Amino acid sequence: MPGGPIHQSAFGSEADLSRCVHCGLCLQHCPTYLETGLETESPRGRLHLIRALSEGRIDLAGNTMGHLDMCLQCRNCEAVCPSGVPYGRIMEHARAAVIESRRAPVPWRLRSLFLREVIARPGRLRALAAALRFYRRSGLRALAESIPLLRDRALLAPSIAGRPFTGTGVLARPKGEPVARVALLTGCIMPLAYGRVHRATVRVLAANGCEVIAPVDQSCCGALQAHNGDRQTAQALARRNIDAFLEDGCDFVVVNSAGCGAAMKEYGELLSQDAVYSERARVLAARVKDIHEFLLELPFRPPTGRLEASVTFQDPCHLAHAQRIREAPRRILQSIPGVQFVEMEHADRCCGSAGVYSFTQPQMSLQLLQRRIDEVRASGAAVVATANPGCMAQIEAGLRRNRLPVRVGHVIELLDAAYRAEHR
Amino acid sequence: MTAAKRLIRELQSALGRRWVLHAPEDLLVYEYDATIDRALPQAVVLPESAQQVAQAVRIARRYGLPVTARGAGTGLSGGALACEGGVVIVMTRMNRVIKIDAENQLAVVEPGVINLDISKAAAPYGLYYAPDPSSQKACTIGGNIAENAGGPHCLRYGTTTNHVLALEIVTADGEIAEISATQAGYDLTGVLVGSEGTLAIVTKATLRLLHKPEATITLLAIFDRVSEASETVSAIISAGILPAALEMIDKNTMDAVEEFAHCGYPPDAGAVLLIEVEGLSEEAEEQANEVRSICEKFGVRELRTGTDPAERERLWAGRKSALGALGRKAPSYYILDGVVPRTKLPSVLAEVYQACDRFGFAVANVFHAGDGNLHPNVLFDERVPGATARVLELGEEIMRLCVEAGGSISGEHGVGFEKRSYMSWIFSEDDLEVMARLKAAFGAGDGFNPGKVFPTSKGCGEVSSHMRAAIAKAGPGAYV
Ligand SMILES: Cc1cc2nc3c(=O)[nH]c(=O)nc-3n(C[C@H](O)[C@H](O)[C@H](O)COP(=O)(O)OP(=O)(O)OC[C@H]3O[C@@H](n4cnc5c(N)ncnc54)[C@H](O)[C@@H]3O)c2cc1C
Ligand code: SF4
Ligand code: SF4
Repeated sequence: MPGGPIHQSAFGSEADLSRCVHCGLCLQHCPTYLETGLETESPRGRLHLIRALSEGRIDLAGNTMGHLDMCLQCRNCEAVCPSGVPYGRIMEHARAAVIESRRAPVPWRLRSLFLREVIARPGRLRALAAALRFYRRSGLRALAESIPLLRDRALLAPSIAGRPFTGTGVLARPKGEPVARVALLTGCIMPLAYGRVHRATVRVLAANGCEVIAPVDQSCCGALQAHNGDRQTAQALARRNIDAFLEDGCDFVVVNSAGCGAAMKEYGELLSQDAVYSERARVLAARVKDIHEFLLELPFRPPTGRLEASVTFQDPCHLAHAQRIREAPRRILQSIPGVQFVEMEHADRCCGSAGVYSFTQPQMSLQLLQRRIDEVRASGAAVVATANPGCMAQIEAGLRRNRLPVRVGHVIELLDAAYRAEHR
Repeated sequence: MTAAKRLIRELQSALGRRWVLHAPEDLLVYEYDATIDRALPQAVVLPESAQQVAQAVRIARRYGLPVTARGAGTGLSGGALACEGGVVIVMTRMNRVIKIDAENQLAVVEPGVINLDISKAAAPYGLYYAPDPSSQKACTIGGNIAENAGGPHCLRYGTTTNHVLALEIVTADGEIAEISATQAGYDLTGVLVGSEGTLAIVTKATLRLLHKPEATITLLAIFDRVSEASETVSAIISAGILPAALEMIDKNTMDAVEEFAHCGYPPDAGAVLLIEVEGLSEEAEEQANEVRSICEKFGVRELRTGTDPAERERLWAGRKSALGALGRKAPSYYILDGVVPRTKLPSVLAEVYQACDRFGFAVANVFHAGDGNLHPNVLFDERVPGATARVLELGEEIMRLCVEAGGSISGEHGVGFEKRSYMSWIFSEDDLEVMARLKAAFGAGDGFNPGKVFPTSKGCGEVSSHMRAAIAKAGPGAYV
């Protein structure tokens, strides 16, 4: 057989895989199953395929890799599974096994290379961002989006606009004694694509009495690399962050990007086999807080400034399903005077962004995006709030595609606007 | 070209390439349902219309291959498995609610519609679809019809069969036919509901919808002893009260649930009853009072009441997480599904406990007490050598207890493949002959879902013991 059996242990523990009892209760939560009706594109099916791979019943030839690749890794299935199947972990290990088998198809390898050599390298990433900024400003994007053949791919290229965020060291200090000393994860994409969200985050933390720092030696969190099977790079990045953040002795690491927060909370697991770092990884992971949960655990100061808008919230998958945080962002939005909060249907279903999925599976990505945009439209909201750069970019693209006059913002940007309105 | 290739070619030209699966890795995910049985089909097709179903059936028959319908694959008796290979017809793409007719209180749906989605579609009209299997967020109406699925609220409103008004079916000859419960002549829908996919494939269903009750009151009654709780159940029913649901959780289950869902069950209580009454506000209140006084008569030690949805949900939480929570007690459990006359509940339950004691296994009982539908869950560790075999033996004994008490071998999960060898306990040779003739009259022969229901068929696929079927490992939230 061309692939040859992959050694079972490469796929994670038998204990993980055997927790699936095939009850099917996850099926109606899986976006790709809902689109296709195919068991091969379902959580239960993928788990069965991974198991079959690990047992050598099938190999990597044929459609198997396509089915693994079609998975968004949104972890909606994991959040609803009554048996507690750790789907995210299983899929990460499976993709790692594919990459390590050296039989991964070319697109998989290119993706890995890109994530390792561009996304995880700040200098190269800045150059790419500059190119994308030029692409947008020069009108090239508008041109590409007007050409039917290019339109859909062009749409999903991230929109790089506004000033990047470059702050390091101490970013804010409250007037009195700080209630907490927090370190901000700046990350890879957020500071370039949405520098304004970081600036808002720093102001919001300060308004709630926190001292905010950004350790200079921190790096990309490693989530994208881990999701795509490059655990080695992810582990190297995690070690750098552990050093950088523990060095600074902050009380908490605050993260405003759902995907990064989820990944950092799982550092303990990512480095569980690392003789030197496993303990420190657990220590750091325990300090990681999503910005919304963090604010509500402080004595949160509700804003008094007004913001007149109807707002809906689209749950980032790695906030709702991986971190199981659903209420906090909604409560923050509802605390803003003047905001009319409306729930859109299927708010917690994936928008199709899913890391680099919008590039690797553009068709499914767009199909899912269109569903979400239709639901946004039906909600009648004027603003879609979310909490992850990928989701923001994806929904912005969908709104452009549908010429829908709806704005997209991070929850924290809206909160920041309300605080700032207090001074007017 | 080989016959196998020609078959695929023909199916493809009838259904389109995308919706005919034949690669080994694609077929593999259709080898299971919610049991632990496995059987591989030769081809899987996903039709989008009754015409395509009919074409697929005709093609399969021409190649002499059996046909098995499949819904969501949540079945607990191996019904959707291609036990003798052949073509599996998956109904998941036929998932439209065709219409809600509010005036006549009915819904017309395709068979792949998810049970809960029918109630969602009917909600704007103040209507809902009553049968509520615990798997209702995942299972299809086609699967419900085939298994005559039940649920907690079927006590008052009846199981699926009471809610099916008409069906469109594809017969074994690949003909499309309409049958109706209300038309003159034989009530063929009654025959088809519960036939486990062995007679025909359902391609459209007309279902009865009910008005949402004005008021619903949930009572949670805690008893010191199981016997008191079971006597209360009998007394409620003999008093002529028909609660919407009447569920029991025994001590072992409570212990597990308490650790997990923190329901506030006292550690020394023996059993909990969940009783739901509904109707017009006054009527519900009156019934609740009657139920309360019966509970008191049988020595209830604590009564809790929930009227708004949030309170009621809290009272149901323990019941809903019951099976999942049992996963904390043992790595595996074997879910049994039997029925006994309500009056025999206390004695059969006592015998079930004794039998389990004798075999040395813990058992947790959580079940639809109101209609005598027992679900003993035998807790064990599959990895202990010989444990599985002994559990199966025990399961057989418990089934015998049910039958000897005048009950039956399946309340709602179906006979399928798991329990077909028990059919001869409750049906005589003649009975089985009549059923076989019925099957023949539908022209189904062994062409539809072979290896199911009838005790004479061959064994399924690679399974070493047919009884392994319902052995499931527990997980938080799995719920029967
Ligand atoms: C966690 C859990 C809880 C459950 N709780 C309950 C419960 O409370 N009550 C209960 O009754 N059951 C329960 N079940 C069992 C199961 O959900 C039901 O039997 C359900 O009706 C199966 O539906 P399905 O769509 O999954 O069918 P499948 O499993 O796919 O198929 C079941 C049978 O239906 C046949 N079939 C499917 N579609 C058609 C069609 N269109 N035409 C003809 N035949 C067809 C198949 O051939 C097969 O024989 C539970 C299962 C699980 C996993
Ligand atoms: S992943 Fe969980 S919910 Fe899905 S089939 Fe397996 S056990 Fe059931
Ligand atoms: S992670 Fe998302 S896409 Fe992947 S199987 Fe689970 S629910 Fe489906």
